Amino acid sequence: MELTTILFYLFALVTLGSAAIMVFSKNIVHSAFALMFTLMGVAALYVLLYADFLAATQLLVYVGGILILILFGVMLTSQGYTLSFKTITVNLIPASLISVGIAALLIFAFLTTNWTISEVAERTDTVYDLGMLLMGDYILPFIAVGVLLLIAIIGAILMSTRLSADNEGAS
Amino acid sequence: MFTNLPIIILLLPLLAFILMIFIGNKLPRKGDWLATGMMALTLVLSVVLLITKVGSHSADVFTSSLDWVVIGSKTIGVGIMIDNLAAIMLVVVTLVSTLVHLFSIGYMEGDIRYSRYYAYLGLFSFSMLGIVLTNNILLMYVFWELVGISSYLLIGHWYEKKSASNAANKAFIVNRVGDFGMFIGIMILFISFSSFTFEAIFDSISAGKLPFGSEGWLTAAGVLIFSGAIGKSAQFPLHVWLPDAMEGPTPVSALIHAATMVAAGVYLVARVFPMLTADALMVIAYIGAITALIAATIAITQFDIKKVLAYSTISQLGYMIMALGVGAYTAGFMHLVTHAAFKAGLFLGAGSVIYAMHAALHKLHDHDTDAQNIRNMGGLKAKMPVTYWTFLIFTLAISGIPLTSGFLSKDEILAGTLAFSTINGHWLLPLIGFTVAGLTAFYMFRLFILTFHGKTANEKILGGVIESPKVMTIPLMVLAALSLFFFYSFNPFGASSGWFYSAVVRPVSIVPELLQPAAYPVFYEAVSSVHTIAMVLSIIIAVAGVFLAFLVYEKKKISAEKLAQHAGFLYKGATNKWYFDEIYNRVFVNGSHVIMKALRWFDETIIDGIVNGAATVTQLFASISGWIDTNIVDGLVNGTASTANRAGRLLSYIQTGKVQTYLLFVLFSLLVLFILFL
Amino acid sequence: MSSTIFEPGLNHFLVVSALLFSLGIMAVLSKRNVIMVLMGVELILNSANINLIAFSRFTELSLDGQMIGLFVIIIAAAEAAVALAIVLNVYNRFKTINLDEINLLKG
Repeated sequence: MELTTILFYLFALVTLGSAAIMVFSKNIVHSAFALMFTLMGVAALYVLLYADFLAATQLLVYVGGILILILFGVMLTSQGYTLSFKTITVNLIPASLISVGIAALLIFAFLTTNWTISEVAERTDTVYDLGMLLMGDYILPFIAVGVLLLIAIIGAILMSTRLSADNEGAS
Repeated sequence: MFTNLPIIILLLPLLAFILMIFIGNKLPRKGDWLATGMMALTLVLSVVLLITKVGSHSADVFTSSLDWVVIGSKTIGVGIMIDNLAAIMLVVVTLVSTLVHLFSIGYMEGDIRYSRYYAYLGLFSFSMLGIVLTNNILLMYVFWELVGISSYLLIGHWYEKKSASNAANKAFIVNRVGDFGMFIGIMILFISFSSFTFEAIFDSISAGKLPFGSEGWLTAAGVLIFSGAIGKSAQFPLHVWLPDAMEGPTPVSALIHAATMVAAGVYLVARVFPMLTADALMVIAYIGAITALIAATIAITQFDIKKVLAYSTISQLGYMIMALGVGAYTAGFMHLVTHAAFKAGLFLGAGSVIYAMHAALHKLHDHDTDAQNIRNMGGLKAKMPVTYWTFLIFTLAISGIPLTSGFLSKDEILAGTLAFSTINGHWLLPLIGFTVAGLTAFYMFRLFILTFHGKTANEKILGGVIESPKVMTIPLMVLAALSLFFFYSFNPFGASSGWFYSAVVRPVSIVPELLQPAAYPVFYEAVSSVHTIAMVLSIIIAVAGVFLAFLVYEKKKISAEKLAQHAGFLYKGATNKWYFDEIYNRVFVNGSHVIMKALRWFDETIIDGIVNGAATVTQLFASISGWIDTNIVDGLVNGTASTANRAGRLLSYIQTGKVQTYLLFVLFSLLVLFILFL
Repeated sequence: MSSTIFEPGLNHFLVVSALLFSLGIMAVLSKRNVIMVLMGVELILNSANINLIAFSRFTELSLDGQMIGLFVIIIAAAEAAVALAIVLNVYNRFKTINLDEINLLKG
């Protein structure tokens, strides 16, 4: 077995395993940390798929940004000290049935479809090409996404400040 | 050169509008320098364009366009068209606009919505330039409406005044009547020729295609498009809005309601001139003539300085329309240009007078005396020399005294009507033309003498009057210079040798031969043969009008009151503006009331009668069906209701208000659908 | 690709993504805590991204797939920021972030 094969199975296992821990853990802080490993595993899978830039972005944005945000959310909304870190599951049986159903359906669909696979030359570095694309064909979505981020930031700040204003009014 | 420059000219005022509306208030001096400077730049560019275009001595038409909307096989484009007509009009619009911007710095000083005023001026200039530059009748309609809205905004600039906001509404609504007709006309053309561009429409017509295959529809399309011009150019019977529009600031009246927007109607007729049939042109000529006569008679009796000018504007626009109608194309358009200069000057002069009167009245703390009423003026000559002398030049020009620009164009129009009558015997048109020429000279000098000469009604007011500041007198001087003959032709007694006549040539008619008006060579020959007579007559009549005004108002040899008494019902009718407003009120406003009442009567007697009659019959049936109802139907109904109730209760369990449950349902259904269809 | 069934190919990645997706769905459906639901959404987005990038590696899609993946990440960041702001607001309003207690729309 080649090294890449081993690595693939290793990281697939890390990803799926920690995702499962995330979902089934009773403690939300544990879940958040499990999510971190999942995201790192996905980043590793990206590297296996020759997407080095995306892997870096994944680490930066998800692990460095979104995860921190989520942790902040956990901290800011916890009512008691330890009690509320517990997460309670609802709809357990129908939810698991549907999840399993979806997984089965998707895997069935993926495996039975005859994909036209074309062998792409192994890339060493995608950053240059991605940069060219971003400034060329994708310039419009690029700008649009920039505007979207700006709006999201302004919106988030606005909502949070109104929140604190409300609190002052209440207190 | 002819592609980029017009676009820059068009977009500069729009840029000024955007800047002024958003940041105007934050700029130093509230940004008047910015708006004025941009307009002046536009003027310079337009002059450059005019010189290159006309200087090239070609009648070429430059168009460039791109596709805007593609609907099936039909394409709607946006584009510009530069011919000599557009190039000249461009300079007229930008020139008057620049001067009005400049004048407003003085006139509007300290106004509460100062920067917004300049923003609207920019919007207006943009839309007006759009009308001038477009090669496409749909786009022209768009700009046409934009001009209407900016006119609405500017008339209603002092909207705290009830009369101003009413006037703005009236102008807008009356214009809409005309625009409605115009839109129908445009649609007739579009349905028949699948294109909005002038070029394509004209090509189709000259290739022998007719709307719906009949000549009548072509005439109808022409007249309907002309109805847009009736509204915008304040022609009979839609002229009622223009005098009321004087509620706006006076520089606005000069720009919009004297020089440019109202001339847009004339410009429109000039644009579509080739496709107008002889019948349509006849309608146009008579509408113009009637307008000119009616407005001139009303102008004699008015005492508000701006109202007199407003009616004189209507009358002069009637002149232009009449000129186009009889085929004196160049003369009509030339009158538009010369009129723009001297009428804008007259309005700005009136603005200067009103400004001075206001200041004087303000000093006296007199808020009841009307600053616009010429009976309160008189003797202003010594106090306001610049305004006086420039106003004199404008008055001479509009009266058609030789050596002025007005003489050149008016003389050509009169010769045109005379020639028209020699060709096909419509003697009423030249008769009205000459009468109006005399009336114009009379009422303009009446206004002039009452304002500047004679004794003042109130010494105190006169004592407080001082000449307006430089920003207001310089535009007056520029316009006065432009009201002299040598800008248009070096021969003071005939325009036909000047550059204007070689630049603007009447386009060849493209309608089927039978429907064509008299061809240009025939018409030109007739004009040359009557030109001298027309000139002599017009000078005599103008001088007679001036002389009469002098006798009545300066020397007081003839009493104006006696004259009015002799004229009897004519005077009464004219003072009351021939009762147009009253008639419209009766016919349209009361008319709808009458229809309403009739419908109400119909409703109360006939429909109610039927209903009541039916009711007695129904009662009979009711007692029968009542039994069925209580026993059978109610049972069914109650049964349905309780079933629905139970079902509702059952279903409301599903609506838990929990997002996750909903999502569960959604995904479950999705899964089922996938399994079913894969 | 002349390979055994164990060697990682397109299908292997797709299966991983499918499993990740269903785990995400599981989290979204079964957790009371809004933040857990958000984490589930992140899982779903990641699984979609794996799909996109796998296709970009193994088919004609080439770099376009990576590009779309990049945009997904950016939008996920925006979504997380706004969603957490909403969560804070919800918490302020209802004093809870348990989804099953937020049922104003109950019929």
